[in-house]
Amino acid sequence: MTDHDWIEIGVLDDIPRLGARIVERSEGDIAVFRTADDEVFAVRDKCPHKGGPLSQGIVSGKVVTCPLHNWNIQLDNGEAVAPDEGCAATYPVRLEGDRIFLSLTPNEGCPNT
Amino acid sequence: MKEKLVLIGNGMAGVRTIEELLKIAPDKYEITVFGAEPYGNYNRIMLSPVLAGDKTIDEIMINDLQWYQDNGITLHAGKEVVSIDRKERKVIADDGTEAEYDRLLLATGSNPFILPVPGNDLDGVIGFRDIQDVESMLEAARKHKHAVVIGGGLLGLEAANGLMLQGMSVTVIHLMDTLMERQLDEPAAKMLQKELEDKGLHFLMGAETEAIIGHDRVEKVRLKDGTEIYADLVVMAVGIRPNIELAKKAGIHVERGIVVNDTLQTFDPRIYAVGECVQHRGQTYGLVAPLFEMAKVCANHLAMMGIGRYEGSVTSTKLKVTGIDLFSAGDFIGDENTEELVFQDAARGVYRKLVLENNRIKGVVMYGDTIDGSWYFDLMRDGTDITDFRESILFGQAHLGDSGHGEANRVANMDDSAEICGCNGVCKGDIIKAITDKKLFTLEEVRAHTKASSSCGSCTGLVEAILASTVGGDYSVAPHLKPVCGCTDKTHDEVKAAIRDLELKSVREVMDKLEWKNEDGCAKCRPALNYYVIATWPKEGLDDYQSRFINERVHANIQKDGTYSVIPRMWGGGTTPDELRAIADVAEKFNVRTVHVTGGQRIALYGLKKEQLPVVWKEFNKRGMVSGHAYGKALRTVKTCVGKEWCRFGTQDSTHIGIELEKMTWGSWTPHKFKMAASGCPRNCAEATIKDFGVVCVDSGYELHIGGNGGIKVRATDLLCTVKTEEEVLEYCAAFMQLYREDAHYLERTAPWVERVGLTYIKERLIDDEEGRKELAERFRYSQQFAQDDPWAERAEGADAHEFTPIKKVG
Repeated sequence: MTDHDWIEIGVLDDIPRLGARIVERSEGDIAVFRTADDEVFAVRDKCPHKGGPLSQGIVSGKVVTCPLHNWNIQLDNGEAVAPDEGCAATYPVRLEGDRIFLSLTPNEGCPNT
Repeated sequence: MKEKLVLIGNGMAGVRTIEELLKIAPDKYEITVFGAEPYGNYNRIMLSPVLAGDKTIDEIMINDLQWYQDNGITLHAGKEVVSIDRKERKVIADDGTEAEYDRLLLATGSNPFILPVPGNDLDGVIGFRDIQDVESMLEAARKHKHAVVIGGGLLGLEAANGLMLQGMSVTVIHLMDTLMERQLDEPAAKMLQKELEDKGLHFLMGAETEAIIGHDRVEKVRLKDGTEIYADLVVMAVGIRPNIELAKKAGIHVERGIVVNDTLQTFDPRIYAVGECVQHRGQTYGLVAPLFEMAKVCANHLAMMGIGRYEGSVTSTKLKVTGIDLFSAGDFIGDENTEELVFQDAARGVYRKLVLENNRIKGVVMYGDTIDGSWYFDLMRDGTDITDFRESILFGQAHLGDSGHGEANRVANMDDSAEICGCNGVCKGDIIKAITDKKLFTLEEVRAHTKASSSCGSCTGLVEAILASTVGGDYSVAPHLKPVCGCTDKTHDEVKAAIRDLELKSVREVMDKLEWKNEDGCAKCRPALNYYVIATWPKEGLDDYQSRFINERVHANIQKDGTYSVIPRMWGGGTTPDELRAIADVAEKFNVRTVHVTGGQRIALYGLKKEQLPVVWKEFNKRGMVSGHAYGKALRTVKTCVGKEWCRFGTQDSTHIGIELEKMTWGSWTPHKFKMAASGCPRNCAEATIKDFGVVCVDSGYELHIGGNGGIKVRATDLLCTVKTEEEVLEYCAAFMQLYREDAHYLERTAPWVERVGLTYIKERLIDDEEGRKELAERFRYSQQFAQDDPWAERAEGADAHEFTPIKKVG
């Protein structure tokens, strides 16, 4: 885990439960989600379907529903829930107390960064 | 250790139960399946197309052997269970194979009924039930010429058609005077018989079989009246009998079928039964839809989530008999308490009959054009009072322009490239491919896989028709009472009643109290729950913004590129130079690319970034303009004409009444968007008769119109009443909106709501019950006290700042 380029982005309470905030980047925004039980996930803010901003969707469990056409994307691996097919890249996140750290190097497995 | 579940009967009902179970409790059981036939699970409904040569056996397999392996299921194919030892809790097959169970599921299906006539055991006398029967028929067709089918019901006619297509000369012997008497009335049956005769089938009606004659193989069939018919093959299709022998031998209570309760348990609670072998509340079923409903409930109970109950099914038959469209449902014969509506056009080969009792549909028969079958069926199941559209009901639902697919109603004649779903760009061929490749059976499944009819829904009828023709007609219709979503079994009405009666004041409380299956609900139910909570408890209810769709959460409309549009309110469609100047200034200041005049007499600015919204709103606020709620399931606009202030035809001050209506109703949340209009005379320039609530001024006062819609499905309003004063207009409007807010389901526009509950009911509540009307209006005004704060002003002052700013900017 040491070779990650961790950056501190804020604290847990900056993100509403069952909500998201974005980390703005010139290469494309990253959505940082907070679940009901305070897990945090980072997913590229771009739905694999038509590029909708996932950060604006409704979060339930570990799934976000894209606001444009209701695709469901899994927060932990970025995969679309079947029968839809596609993925959005995910990014490593870790918590230290309530401080949130994000790595800008995407997890492997999905080309849509 | 896992419990052991044994399934006897590797057919559609049993395996469907296993599939449902694997969806909700994949690790609960170690599963063993016994099937008498040496195959995986196949779609029995499709045997007719196999016989007709339209499909192969491979194409009708639902679960191949690999599926059982993948799911860790032990399959004993070709082994028939011969006894159940309930004491030792094990089953024994004909080859001695034994399997122990903690729970046992019986899905032994049914057997064809073989007439007790001499010669019924000769070679060449068969039923029409399984793959082996089909193979025997195909074999006979290769070697022989003459076939007799005994029984002119659905199965018999399908067999006859298939054999004819395989080159045989086929005679159908039917005991009754008309075909398919359990599904069709006499006129429809006669049309069917004529069409089948034109295709080359022979019929002997009112004919009773006395004996089947032959040495080793069948040679002739003799009727009671002495007539003899040559036959190299006899197919008995006179009905099916639930297969209850095994259960009976094991001492399980049986009558006509294996008797089960509402959770599909037999008298031995460890033993369940589903499918055609079952007798539930005195009924047995032979169609797929009920079997699937049973499977769902049974799987729930096996998974220990036993809140679902099977309460019987209302079935319909929508068939493809040799390319002929038929639909029938309910009591289509009627009695002394019923009346009939009949439409008959012999030249086009179209016949429809509705049987009504107290203006509610009791039964339906359709022949020729069946596209409206599912609509009639819904009206029948919902017990809708059809008084208000009785005069046009026979012409079907599509007689007013559905946008998107115009006249393209005849699915069968459509090309594969014809677009069915205009919203999602899905063609007929795509749908058929998904249905066959992915083995889909229900409308919901087709929606999930193809998106067809999942957006505006106007092509639902077409998609159902394609589903019906592709899976063999007997597709699975939606269950009668639709739950809110997959997170619960509760219906919208049940949820609303609970929120009111149990005083549930937040989305969380509702999901906890009503035992939601998914901890956080989903994107479908949470917005509905949130609406119900705040509509029921306008003061105390907790408005959960995380449960609102993004547009309502940020008070702007999200666009396809993730930017937003902003539409300030223009009261009653009027504006001033100052307001126009304000809009121009904002548009210039923020470099707005598109400025557009909306259909609701306002001006919209497009392409704003989310971060810009609070700043834009602040600018508008400064210039006296507020949120137009163009983004909400809420009061949108009140469109007006200039009325008598200017117009030489104007009868009343329509602009003034429009502004008053908007001032009273702005800010209110509704089940779906709500639009109004006020026209100054019957020329109706404000198009008030396609609005949710429309006012048409006349010389003597104001006509009030309700339930109109100019969108997907154009619906002109119904006239509610005529009133004399502006005060009355406002009171009726408030009462109507409140009734809609309290009564309708979330995401149900007024038009379908009015059609569902009936204009008569709305008149009872708003006109006949003066006291009730005043109370409704009062409740509306009470609720408005908590709703009329400009959401833009709050956010311009810093509320919900986290919504509009990134948590961090990098790079």
